[in-house]
Amino acid sequence: MIKHLRSAADLDAPTATLILDTAAEMAALAGREVKKLPTLRGRTVVNLFYEDSTRTRISFEAAAKRLSADVINFSAKGSSVSKGESLKDTALTLQAMGADAVVIRHPASGAPHRLAAWVDGSVVNAGDGTHEHPTQALLDAYTMRSRLGRLDGLRVAIVGDVLHSRVARSNVLLLTTLGAQVTLVGPPTLIPLDVSAALSPSTKVSYDLDSVLPDMDVVMMLRVQTERMQDSYFPSAREYSRRYGLDLARMRKLPEHAIVMHPGPMNRGMEITPEVADSSRSTIVEQVANGVSARMAVLYLLLGGKA
Amino acid sequence: MASPRADAPSKIILSESDLHRVVDRIAHQILEKTSGATGTVLLGIPTRGVPLAQRLAARIHAFEGIDVPVGSLDITLYRDDLRLHATRALGKTELPGDGIDGRRVVLVDDVLFSGRTVRAALDALKDEGRPSSVQLAVLVDRGHRELPIRADYVGKNIPTSLDESVRVSLTEIDGLDEVKLTGGDK
Amino acid sequence: MTSYLLRGVSVLGAPPSDLVLRDGVIAGGATADQVIDAEGLVALPGLVDLHTHLREPGREDAETVETGSRAAALGGYTAVFAMANTSPVADTAGVVEQVWRLGREAGLVDVQPIGAVTVGLAGQQLAELGAMATSAAGVRIFSDDGHCVADPRLMRRALEYVKAFDGIIAQHAEEPRLTEGAQMHEGEVSTRLGLTGWPAVAEEAIIARDVLLAEHVGSRLHVCHVSTAGSVEVLRQAKARGVRVTAEVTPHHLLLTDELAASYDPVYKVNPPLRTASDVHALREALVEGVIDIVATDHAPHAVEDKECEWAYARPGMVGLETALPVVLSVLGERWDLIAERMSRTPARIAGLTGHGTDLSVGSPANLTLVDPSARRVVDPSELASRSRSRNTPYAGTTLPGRIVATFLRGEPTVLDGKAVK
Repeated sequence: MIKHLRSAADLDAPTATLILDTAAEMAALAGREVKKLPTLRGRTVVNLFYEDSTRTRISFEAAAKRLSADVINFSAKGSSVSKGESLKDTALTLQAMGADAVVIRHPASGAPHRLAAWVDGSVVNAGDGTHEHPTQALLDAYTMRSRLGRLDGLRVAIVGDVLHSRVARSNVLLLTTLGAQVTLVGPPTLIPLDVSAALSPSTKVSYDLDSVLPDMDVVMMLRVQTERMQDSYFPSAREYSRRYGLDLARMRKLPEHAIVMHPGPMNRGMEITPEVADSSRSTIVEQVANGVSARMAVLYLLLGGKA
Repeated sequence: MASPRADAPSKIILSESDLHRVVDRIAHQILEKTSGATGTVLLGIPTRGVPLAQRLAARIHAFEGIDVPVGSLDITLYRDDLRLHATRALGKTELPGDGIDGRRVVLVDDVLFSGRTVRAALDALKDEGRPSSVQLAVLVDRGHRELPIRADYVGKNIPTSLDESVRVSLTEIDGLDEVKLTGGDK
Repeated sequence: MTSYLLRGVSVLGAPPSDLVLRDGVIAGGATADQVIDAEGLVALPGLVDLHTHLREPGREDAETVETGSRAAALGGYTAVFAMANTSPVADTAGVVEQVWRLGREAGLVDVQPIGAVTVGLAGQQLAELGAMATSAAGVRIFSDDGHCVADPRLMRRALEYVKAFDGIIAQHAEEPRLTEGAQMHEGEVSTRLGLTGWPAVAEEAIIARDVLLAEHVGSRLHVCHVSTAGSVEVLRQAKARGVRVTAEVTPHHLLLTDELAASYDPVYKVNPPLRTASDVHALREALVEGVIDIVATDHAPHAVEDKECEWAYARPGMVGLETALPVVLSVLGERWDLIAERMSRTPARIAGLTGHGTDLSVGSPANLTLVDPSARRVVDPSELASRSRSRNTPYAGTTLPGRIVATFLRGEPTVLDGKAVK
């Protein structure tokens, strides 16, 4: 078993499949009256959050608690390293506290890699800068598999600000590992130049959402921050949503069975219209529930055996 | 279970026909001790307890025409030895549609050894519901209990030494029916 | 003054001969006060580094003129040019004279201050270049290194203005709008790592602009730390047209690639960033050909806390004085004359520095270094002489060829038996 989950690239196909299978068992147990399992009793999981993300933190907290781990929430507000303690000093503190796993959310790409060098326990990346968010990719893959029955050969469009998206990076890596065919869609300014060579050669790029939709099993809309407008990535929110937003007319171009995903939080009216977000094709609420199961699976597989 | 060396001597304890006879006998005993299997649920413990539970249900149906609900109960998340081994993959937990509340649950496993698996199963069961009683059926009891646990139905008692290992093979999983004892040559 | 006889030394790889150092110069004769067995050692003219950060004044916790001078001597250098991005910035005669005086006091290498082009490196207004030129430090090289002189009009003025005292502008070529927030080379690796890219074109565009400006006003231009294949092409064309441009490359850009960033260890974070293998290849070719004139270290010591952190928060830069010659040896092989040209003679000539980079013939200043080419060394950061808190070398654990055995500054040993004399 792997020691850390820093990147979706840490997972080969058998390991990723094992996590999804384990998540399915965890999801089944979530239906019981007694949701708690004794599995990680005596283990300590630290949630080290340098960015506000209540959703992700709560999801990890619920996952750890359902497995009976002790959970310590360590929220380091004000992300500048100049203020307060350095990451290394924090790492040494957590080490002294006997953390068996540290779940880290950090605005700097690669912070989980640095942390892993300074602590003995497992490190789980809960989102680092514009790098990766591997548990989001796992819960997305889990959601696709449970809705559509498979991942191998699935055609998935990831639409929006790929350049700044940690969700996109992790999803491309994981979905490709599991045999899906990913197409990245967005304005050229928001798609990295060497993205296929960098992430996986099978990844396709398109600048035209309408031409891509009829062939997709899944369309995943990424959050687009309006601040990007100031940086001239696109001229205006209106032009963006006209070209790359998912509305009802576009949704009808998808095949009958296709699903619509969004990692949240959504900009309703920007990348997705409310009618689409609330439609029966949307898996947005399911994704949240699946997040707990996927994170339980990750914590169990990292901490449930011999260290 | 320690895996025996490839060159270790092995001895067949139950042949295919022995094994079938033993399953038949346990099925009869369950019928006897549960007044015709009324209010009874069979829960197999993965991996090999699950097909055993299914066989018992099939035999009970064959003998008496009674349908006994069958399910599986994975105990991995309740084990007390998780930290001694690499992380284990989970087995399936599937309870019969009507659940286990107020039922007599018969846990089914292949080998009874230290008793720790059964203890974990009792813990898992407690989180699934509240059975009226719990019984235990095993194909082989090899002794060396570490906990105050005994089986209600035993296919065969096999005295063993600690360096021996008992291998149960079932057609559904291993392609043949057989119980072997290996190792213990020193 | 003690005289030295270097017995059996190979001057630039020539057959063994004896060399006598007396009264600061290379002397004739065959006797001296002290004999050094130099069998198997190669003598090179003392190395000259056109690009060193000594951090004093301001960041004495990272390096001082003295500790940096010691590191330089141990690396075989007899002269280093101290970059102006200190605190306060070396943008007045007062600061450059202070650095120059500290260098004299340390007495390990000749420390020649570089003056800032603009006040406070802010890129707004010319610093008093003439006052620095006529100060005791005699500044000839001006650079805002760390920052690009991005304003084209200001760059043009600077290039023109220093002609009055045969000065030269050393440009840190980085178009700032194209590198906002940049963390590493823009390419496949930066995309994978989610780090903001520093595109090669941000360097190439400034070099292209500056060679045209230098050509237009007939001035000399020096380009700091060239890092891309595209920059090499721009320089090649400019030189073919006769533009008076010179260029340097760092040892790390000759050896290391952006793949190293995958560890997220900021010891590999440097500006300009480590590039791709094909850039490394082009830089090596250009150095051999002479399209790139010299090797300069960009020795950039940093306090430990500025490197033991997240990549994005780390300061860019690596120490390099003590590993420069071994790295160049590993890249060029034992082409001693070429090494002397790229690391001693040409840098001295670009800077107009007399007494360094001269041939090791009778009557020349005795500035030289002795190298054992057969030795191999595993780089151990804890053994570096750069101030103890600055061990930001990217070569930790790497085996490099060549050991600097001795260095002489005007006939006085600064390093003997691989150890600093003072």
